[in-house]
Amino acid sequence: MSNTNYSWKNNRSLFPEADETGKLVVDLDSQKYIKVWQGPNHPGVTGNMSLELTVSGDEVVEAKTHVGYLHRGFEKLFERRRYIQCFPTCIRMCVPEPDTNEYNLARGTELLGGIEVPEMANWLRMIALEMARLQVLLRMVPGQAGTMGLGLPSQWGLYYRELILDRFEELTGGRIYHMYILPGGVRGLLPAGFKKRLEENLVKIESFMKDVDRVIYANTVFKKRTKGIGIIPADWIDPYGVTGPVARAAGYERDVRKDYPYLYYDQLDFGVNVEHESDVFARFLVRRKDVDTTIDLLRQIMSKMPDKGDIKAETPNVLHWKIPRGETLVRCESSRGEYIFYLVADGSMYPRRINLRGPSYAHAVTLLEKLLINANISDVSSIMVSLATCPPEIER
Amino acid sequence: MKEIIDHLKKRFPVYEIGEGPNGVILMSVEAAKLVPMLTSLKTNHGYGILVILSAVDWLEDCKFQLTYIINNPDEKRDLGIRVFIKREDAEMESIHSLWEHAATFQREIKEMFGINFPGSPRVDEPFLLEGWDNLPPMRRDFDTKQYSEDTYFPRPGRETNDPAEYMKQKLYPDE
Repeated sequence: MSNTNYSWKNNRSLFPEADETGKLVVDLDSQKYIKVWQGPNHPGVTGNMSLELTVSGDEVVEAKTHVGYLHRGFEKLFERRRYIQCFPTCIRMCVPEPDTNEYNLARGTELLGGIEVPEMANWLRMIALEMARLQVLLRMVPGQAGTMGLGLPSQWGLYYRELILDRFEELTGGRIYHMYILPGGVRGLLPAGFKKRLEENLVKIESFMKDVDRVIYANTVFKKRTKGIGIIPADWIDPYGVTGPVARAAGYERDVRKDYPYLYYDQLDFGVNVEHESDVFARFLVRRKDVDTTIDLLRQIMSKMPDKGDIKAETPNVLHWKIPRGETLVRCESSRGEYIFYLVADGSMYPRRINLRGPSYAHAVTLLEKLLINANISDVSSIMVSLATCPPEIER
Repeated sequence: MKEIIDHLKKRFPVYEIGEGPNGVILMSVEAAKLVPMLTSLKTNHGYGILVILSAVDWLEDCKFQLTYIINNPDEKRDLGIRVFIKREDAEMESIHSLWEHAATFQREIKEMFGINFPGSPRVDEPFLLEGWDNLPPMRRDFDTKQYSEDTYFPRPGRETNDPAEYMKQKLYPDE
């Protein structure tokens, strides 16, 4: 493995050659290039999307993202559904982390409908959101090693994720899709002994993360294959709409929980994890530190939340609820970055428009296409996973 | 914030200035003035992030609404700018020169609403729907039910029976 940094070269002097006008010519008939489709079914691709790669030797010369294998027309379906009927659909807009969808839609409906949420419900929402973040990170952090053939740690991670899913099942009745957060509050209180069992799980996860450090963080092969790979220059962050851990790995101290505090995050004590190298390894490190932050936040929430209280505000009959005309923007921090809903209400019982803008929308299309140029073909899946691509939120 | 709004009022024909439920300032502007206004906000006032570009179909008023929400990361503020354009031959100036990822939004809106953004990179390539030759599907006059009835093979419905009648038939066929 060479130590070349496969970062973006503006002149792209090696391949392909430019013609007299300066335009790059990729002539497939010249037999210098091969087209390779990575996906839609490929172990190195997250979800159903495909990358159309033009390679010269093992170097990517051109990349195009193709989405649409998972398009279910959710935003169109919302037009025919009442607000409460949107919930079962909207949680499926991102399969690994559905709670951010629930929260955003519920919060948007409350803002437009003028509902105040009780204190206890907000604490319970934070528990659900942080548990969701933890279970995604438990897949994502060891999963980064899975993209380069170190498959075992990612399988271990799945076991520890199941522990959190057990707690979700106890709290909400569902393992993957919870529908716990609804307009006005949440569906239920914590079951008896929940905090104790969650604490036991957190201790187990902490000891597991030490194993992850030993097999991944201290692994020479992992370092060789992630350091200096997929570097995003810091001046790309804003024009490309990069958010979340990917922006934090480039030195930007940005976290929606800190910058635009929602729920009671302003009452919690936590820092924003920042790295500066902006390569795959830096993004892995940011997520690795995020695991510790999330575990710490869960403990803080459990100690600060009240034991009892109202969990649901009075709302009008949700099946006949006419939301006044208006529009709003709701955002929260998901494990992948800033998660945004734009809602427009027209005064009827049906939403006029609900538009989701997830982090993958910026990361996996415009950014990934440019980032893959000059990368080695064996690093493609590693770069893609480090950007936390989630195709369902691109194609809603 | 007030200074920026006063400044914008002087330079651009903005109207319908109001505050959204969570403090986002929203305003409308004429379509021709949008790009100069966004450029000014980006270069002079630090609104360097395009948060979302979204389209809304107001079929009853025969117009499309395009919403550009931009963000100032230093002051941590959002600003929403609305533009209303005609539904027939809908066309809008592209902003891909200001934000690279605006091209993705524009490509999707072209496909889903049929609003053209001339000059935007790859705007004519299909984004999600390959080989689509119908009305743009997110327009409100596109009937999803009619489309699926016309396109897909009809499936016979399930047979239903009145339970009382059915059990009577089954248990006492002679009565």
